[in-house]
Amino acid sequence: MSTKQQLIDAIADMREDEALQLAQQLLEAGTAPMEILEACRDAMAIVGQRYEQGEYFLPELVIAGDMLTAIGERIKPLLQAQAVSTAKKGKVVIGTVQGDIHDIGKDIVAFMLDVSGYEVIDLGVDVPASAFVDKLQESQAGILALSGFLTLAFDQMKHTVEAVREAGLRDRVKIMIGGAIMDDSVRHYIGADAYGPDATAAVRLANLWTGG
Amino acid sequence: MANSMDKSPQELYQERVQRIKDAVALKTPDRVPVFGPYQLFPYLYAGVTLREAMNDYAAARRACHKFLDDFQPDCDFGPILAYPAKPMETLGLKWFKWPGHGLGDNTIYQYVEGEYMTADEYDEFIFDPSDFMLTKWVPRSFEGLKGFAHFPTQRRMMWSGWMGLGAFASGEMQESFRVAVEAGKQINEWWASIAQYNSEAMAKGFPIAYAAFDWPPFDIIGDTLRGTRGILGDIRRRPDKLLQALEIATRIFIEYGSGAAGAELPLCWVWVHKGTRNFMSDEQFKTFYWPFLRRGLLALIEKGIIPVVYWEADIENRLEHIVDIPPGKAIYHIAQTDIAKAKAVLGGTVCIMGNVPNALLLAGTPDDVKAYCKMAIDVAGKDGGYIMDTAVMLDEAKPENVKAMFEFTREYGVYR
Repeated sequence: MSTKQQLIDAIADMREDEALQLAQQLLEAGTAPMEILEACRDAMAIVGQRYEQGEYFLPELVIAGDMLTAIGERIKPLLQAQAVSTAKKGKVVIGTVQGDIHDIGKDIVAFMLDVSGYEVIDLGVDVPASAFVDKLQESQAGILALSGFLTLAFDQMKHTVEAVREAGLRDRVKIMIGGAIMDDSVRHYIGADAYGPDATAAVRLANLWTGG
Repeated sequence: MANSMDKSPQELYQERVQRIKDAVALKTPDRVPVFGPYQLFPYLYAGVTLREAMNDYAAARRACHKFLDDFQPDCDFGPILAYPAKPMETLGLKWFKWPGHGLGDNTIYQYVEGEYMTADEYDEFIFDPSDFMLTKWVPRSFEGLKGFAHFPTQRRMMWSGWMGLGAFASGEMQESFRVAVEAGKQINEWWASIAQYNSEAMAKGFPIAYAAFDWPPFDIIGDTLRGTRGILGDIRRRPDKLLQALEIATRIFIEYGSGAAGAELPLCWVWVHKGTRNFMSDEQFKTFYWPFLRRGLLALIEKGIIPVVYWEADIENRLEHIVDIPPGKAIYHIAQTDIAKAKAVLGGTVCIMGNVPNALLLAGTPDDVKAYCKMAIDVAGKDGGYIMDTAVMLDEAKPENVKAMFEFTREYGVYR
């Protein structure tokens, strides 16, 4: 089995130390950094599938995310020399709405969208409606993902959707919402396009909207 | 049923206590009880900002009295969930943001995720949890108590150990003691307000809904020590250390909850954070979460305490495991879980509470709320063993919807 395939298996099977060693070995053997990143992406696709199938849960996503970050940190300095442009399926602006500082669910959705080939612009937590609008305008992103854990998020999300409409962006921006106590009736109240109960649903929605 | 106006507060008090005890014992009470832990709602309803309630304890009591008078819950939380801002400021509490301290005046306080115990500190925690908390966790959690990082190790005080007391002479340590004394006085002012309110509520005929608060062993380690990301990674990275720490946390769990022993209504609220459907696999739940929580619950039940396990999100896939406790001794609060499935599995074992969607209470109409409550009473309330409550703690909601939940339950929830 090639070292690259070993790396894919090690990441997908959560053998963290081994994965980092293999990535290092590949680098030292002169493997192109882009190839290593592609292997990581293949591995993440397997992790994503296992999550979707209910074999993996948050512990595995946390560890997969950490492995990706650790390997990425070693590789990124080497990448800057090359002109890297990986084709992305689309841009997603994501954030937790104003007044709410919960980030775990939002981070997982951002991570899953990222490994599924989207350019994810994460505005963090406690994000005012105007910041979402500004970023949508600047980035020309076609998808807005709003996260919230508290009931206060209902009205903040509604307010954000209205702000997107007032800015004249509503026709070209699809809006998804998610978070602990959200459901389809909340989506209706807010005026968003879709509600997703988990990170897998977020990816499915994005794929549906971009044809990706 | 006689009109409640005909009864003395003492009679109403006893009636309410009995109603809840009957529901817990899976007997048929006179009617479905209705109450819950409400966070922001009583203050929003009374027009008192949360910031005021956390700073002006008389204002908090006033708001809670208004809620009590207007909604007549079977049990009451009072102002305990409006935490005292003054000592939080004095201590420099780092793992919360609250109104006036990073959040707006009417935004519920929120936890700031972090690793307040690092991965390599498990052994230290396992060896001497108290010393770890005092010299590591406390200084990291409270800016004003950082001097306690140098607190002499008490387990080594014998023989020449006391000679380490020189640490007390440092300026940093003295400053931390000064902060502790000041915060202590401020916390006592708040407790005096809570005690005053509780005796006033009881005089009006309302039992107090809590005798203790508790957290599952996994969440004791996960919430404020390792953090969510930390503990979820530990499940795979250092399972043995985590299991050892969970043994310690189980003892701490029993200690927290035991304060409820001997109370007239010994309800101990167990706030479940990371055990619900999406956090971990079934196998991980059966290994790291449930056995420790179950052992702790059994120990509390043994002491005559009624645990109210506040399952905060969907637990449909956990029902088959969590049904394994003695019948008629506990309440399981549920949220976003199919109530019919919950009743089918848990019905003969625990009293079910909750599940009225908070989204419905905010965005729905009184008729929507009544329709949900009717379904809940018909399904979960059949032959008793059910308490009406919101799915999660109530913040923003339309008052008429909350009234609909209370009034409909008092009418339709009567067992005939």
